Amino acid sequence: MVPESYYVALSAILFCIGVLGVLVRRNPLVIFMSVELALNAANLALVAFGRRHGSLDGQALVFFVMAVAAAEVAVGLAIIVVIFRVRQRLSVDDLSAMRW
Amino acid sequence: MSYVAFFLIAALALGAALGLVLKKNAIHGALFLVVNLGSIAALYLMLGAEFLAAAQIIVYAGAIMVLFVFAIMVLIPGKEETGPDPRRAYRMLALPVAGVLFLEVIIVLLARVGSAPRAAVSPPVAGSPAAASIPAAAGSVEALGRIIFTDYLLPFELTSVLLLAAMVGVLLLARRRA
Repeated sequence: MVPESYYVALSAILFCIGVLGVLVRRNPLVIFMSVELALNAANLALVAFGRRHGSLDGQALVFFVMAVAAAEVAVGLAIIVVIFRVRQRLSVDDLSAMRW
Repeated sequence: MSYVAFFLIAALALGAALGLVLKKNAIHGALFLVVNLGSIAALYLMLGAEFLAAAQIIVYAGAIMVLFVFAIMVLIPGKEETGPDPRRAYRMLALPVAGVLFLEVIIVLLARVGSAPRAAVSPPVAGSPAAASIPAAAGSVEALGRIIFTDYLLPFELTSVLLLAAMVGVLLLARRRA
């Protein structure tokens, strides 16, 4: 059996790659996908910690994270669509105002 | 044997994650993300979380990624990130920031995971490996369902309200104003 610390290390690396993607990319859709990547890394860590403790609470938590992520993606993509409709282009550098 | 599988899947997940961050094309990024999500589902299987592996494929690789690809197809003409980046210097600051974050995570993990003795986290029998108290693979889905519908019943119901609210909100947001 692979020790849980390997999974946690992998999840740390994936999380940092996700954060890097959020910071370096200009396209809000790709930024959003990087957020999903980081969320998944956190999920992996939760499952690994759950196995280490021999409890299923981590898995239950991951289940809720998935549901919330689905809601988040739906709302976020709708917001991006609205922004695109108003601005006709899609770059995070343009979006410096909270309202216009 | 399981080490070989773990490192193969981990390499796949890491490569796909890097592909998502480095590739210019958003569609390629979405496909890389699908690969990454699938390999994480495989890791869930190796961790004994069968239900989550299935949910990962269905919810993430199925529903969420279809939504992403759909949005990319609708929105992106394919030329969003071409051309010179006017703020390249600032964006390159992300590399040291991510490096520092990674170091921080590793230090935290080494301090906590590395030093905590296994007996301390598995209360019932001192000295027995924590793996012994994991429910059998066949009962995992059943036990998880039992936990979700007893201990986590209120969060479960709140999740359904949240999904309904998100659905209504999306309809309101995406409505075309006449």
